[in-house]
Amino acid sequence: MTETTQSQSTIPVRNQWWDVWDQFKTHRGAVIGGAFLIFITLFVLLGPYLWQVDAQKLDIRNKDMRPFYIGLFADVKWSWSRPLGTDHLGRDIMANLIQGGQISMAVGWTAMILSLFLGTLIGVLAGFFKRLDGILMRFTDLVLSLPLLPILLVMMLLFRDPLRAAFGPETGIFILIVSGIGITSWMHTARIVRGDILAIKEREFVLAARSIGTPPRRMITRHLLPNVMSPIMVSATLGLASAIITESALSFLGLGFPSDFPTWGKILFDSVDRMAAFPERVIWPGLCISLTVLSVNYIGDGLRDALDPRIRGL
Amino acid sequence: MKIKTALAGAVAAMAFAPAAFAERGSDGHLSIIYWQAPSILNPFLSGGTKDIESSSMIIEPLGRYDQNGNMVPYLAAEIPTVANGGVSEDLTSITWKLQSGLLWSDGTPVTSADVKFTADYCMHPEGGCAQAAKFDKVTSVDIVDDLTVTVHFSQAMPNPYGPFMGGQSPIIQKAQFENCMGAKAPECTDANFGPIGTGPFRVTEFRTNDVIQMEANPNYRDPAKPAFATVTFKGGGDATAAGRAVLETGEFDYAWNLQLAPDVIDSMAAAGVGTAISAFGSLVERIEVNLTNPSPSLPEGERSTVAHPHPFLSNANVRKALSIAIDRNLLVEVGYGRAGRPTCNLVPAPALYASDNTECLTQDIEGAKALLEAEGYVDSNGDGVREKDGVELRVLYQTSTNAVRQDFQALIKEWWQEIGVATELRNLDASVYFGGDPGSPDTYQKFYADVEMYANNFDGTDPQAYLAAYRCGTEPKPSSQWQGENINRFCDPNYDALIDQLAQTGDLEERGRLGRMMNDMMTKDSNVIIPLVDRGRVSAHSNSLGGVVLNTWDSELWNVSDWYRIK
Repeated sequence: MTETTQSQSTIPVRNQWWDVWDQFKTHRGAVIGGAFLIFITLFVLLGPYLWQVDAQKLDIRNKDMRPFYIGLFADVKWSWSRPLGTDHLGRDIMANLIQGGQISMAVGWTAMILSLFLGTLIGVLAGFFKRLDGILMRFTDLVLSLPLLPILLVMMLLFRDPLRAAFGPETGIFILIVSGIGITSWMHTARIVRGDILAIKEREFVLAARSIGTPPRRMITRHLLPNVMSPIMVSATLGLASAIITESALSFLGLGFPSDFPTWGKILFDSVDRMAAFPERVIWPGLCISLTVLSVNYIGDGLRDALDPRIRGL
Repeated sequence: MKIKTALAGAVAAMAFAPAAFAERGSDGHLSIIYWQAPSILNPFLSGGTKDIESSSMIIEPLGRYDQNGNMVPYLAAEIPTVANGGVSEDLTSITWKLQSGLLWSDGTPVTSADVKFTADYCMHPEGGCAQAAKFDKVTSVDIVDDLTVTVHFSQAMPNPYGPFMGGQSPIIQKAQFENCMGAKAPECTDANFGPIGTGPFRVTEFRTNDVIQMEANPNYRDPAKPAFATVTFKGGGDATAAGRAVLETGEFDYAWNLQLAPDVIDSMAAAGVGTAISAFGSLVERIEVNLTNPSPSLPEGERSTVAHPHPFLSNANVRKALSIAIDRNLLVEVGYGRAGRPTCNLVPAPALYASDNTECLTQDIEGAKALLEAEGYVDSNGDGVREKDGVELRVLYQTSTNAVRQDFQALIKEWWQEIGVATELRNLDASVYFGGDPGSPDTYQKFYADVEMYANNFDGTDPQAYLAAYRCGTEPKPSSQWQGENINRFCDPNYDALIDQLAQTGDLEERGRLGRMMNDMMTKDSNVIIPLVDRGRVSAHSNSLGGVVLNTWDSELWNVSDWYRIK
């Protein structure tokens, strides 16, 4: 029925995602944020192929080099082969930023996906099945009241050695940190999703679907989830940002990865001592963290507008 | 004219002098920051310097060492020697006489019973006393009268100043600790967190791993001291923050052990609020090698115990290769500047005991490789890591979280990588790492790693107790609540024989020879301990704090009762 009307109409066929894109484009911050996110992702992913310097290689003779933009105007030690300078042990800062970015971004994305999955699952279950609602929401409150840092400390104590034995030191800590952040940051998503599900559940199209005997599984995947997509996407972007910040905070406190495993937060931490003499060493990783987080927040902002049919004007 | 000026100067000096000798509590508040937070105020239950030094303001030994390593009486009337009859001719006993009229901070008199009790407390077989080495060879402590005790040793003790001398073996009050003997020792929280002492200050509030509030002890033996009425002893944070707090912002008066890169300290001191002070002692930054297997696959309670020797670090040539691959001169340049010097010795001072062992000062990567080749460790699968019989040379290298130590880790990791040893780095929070909590897997005593790095020293000028710590069977183990100073789990009957021989030798030259020999056994010959840097101690005090004398032979706070505010 629908297909016949569409083929006969004169309006060109248009996917709804094109509408979303059109709306998204009107949000300038979101577009700039998106462009920056793509740039920084490519920077950390393709960087090692273009910039083939070992981030961990020590080169004591060439320590404390300044970046080129200072070198061009002042009489300091610098070199084009180390455009952003070197640290106090002669490690290339550019290579460290690239390698550190890979870890920070990987932690951010993985923890975000984990928390999104948990949050959506619990939110949908609580909103849809009345019997589960009370217990799941009390559980959410419980987890919400747990502080992240002590939990991570305890997790470190309990699981560090088994995970290290099973996956090696770096992957082990990666799993530990990602799951630590993931399982302590899904609660807000769960609450938002539950609220939306509760509202949508009573709408006519859901009643209609129920009246023709749609099973709960199909009901959730076909009718409910697509309608709560917008809040989920928004909390996803916020989740990515907060995961990167949490990892930085952990590295900053010395609780994260081993010291020879750079992340943006760790580079920042190691440079604080010499902040006054070598400001570039804190500015660059700091900029990477804040710009990534900012751009992701803008994208979330734009997506919320774009995904909401009422704002989109349909 | 000249005489007049001199006289005027003398008068002026007289006029200013009273500021330094003011009455008790007249100089207000003193703030001290230690970036490792004290977790207990009972040094018998903790090997951590932070715990020993913080408690040294509250509880005192019979005598201390001054900044030159000389003995000074504290609670004792005088230092007993053979000459004054305090030490018996055959060197098997020493008789201490307390000053008369001493009071505990609760007002009760200090008696010889307290001194005897202190020895019994630490020598209790179930207690796992962290300072047990101080009481090595003590058979009994006899009360002669109310103020006199005689310590009997099982053999001639040429250096009988182990018990009751220095910050590591202060006197505790019998009445307070009477019910805390043996296995019950760690359970007496009130006593361990607020010991009643004879020192210039007493505890008003103790928050574990955070802050200690103290006030002047009303019963302190010198009625004019201490000059400060109250003290805040803040613990925690890191060396950078502590340095800034004293040198740049002036929030604190004294910061302990600023283990920071030399350029960082210089830039902080440029602010002109405080002064960095340094002195060389016996503090050696070293890598300790674990002779037992720390593998997590072993059951808890057997891990890092003598039941399982280490798969490859029990081989002396592997340890030697690790040692000679290190460029110690570069480490000093990167980490300490003038506040450090490269060393191959466990005992770098005093001169009598310092071995002329300089072999390790030249880095020899090729020699290290050849040693490993000769032992049959070759890289047969091309992954850059040598192996033999399926055992790969992979080490876990742990230390406390500290910028200089992490730099050392990075440098040493690179050198070891060059000789085909893969290194995994781990850094732990200093309060946990040095905390001595038997429940934590991350303490330096438990040593759940292949090698670990920290600095240690001995107080006093005699390294006998320090060297005696490596006796067979004194290692940290589950049955001793993981307390003990033989961190490497070293055991060599020849070494034990030397400990006993040193303990029977009175002649100084001979003692020096034995000490150097033992030092060489631990370092040059076996490389069980890989010394890196002889560290000068750098601390800082604000420009308004007077009377600070940095002492590397005892607690840094040894003369805190003499500190005053410069007005």
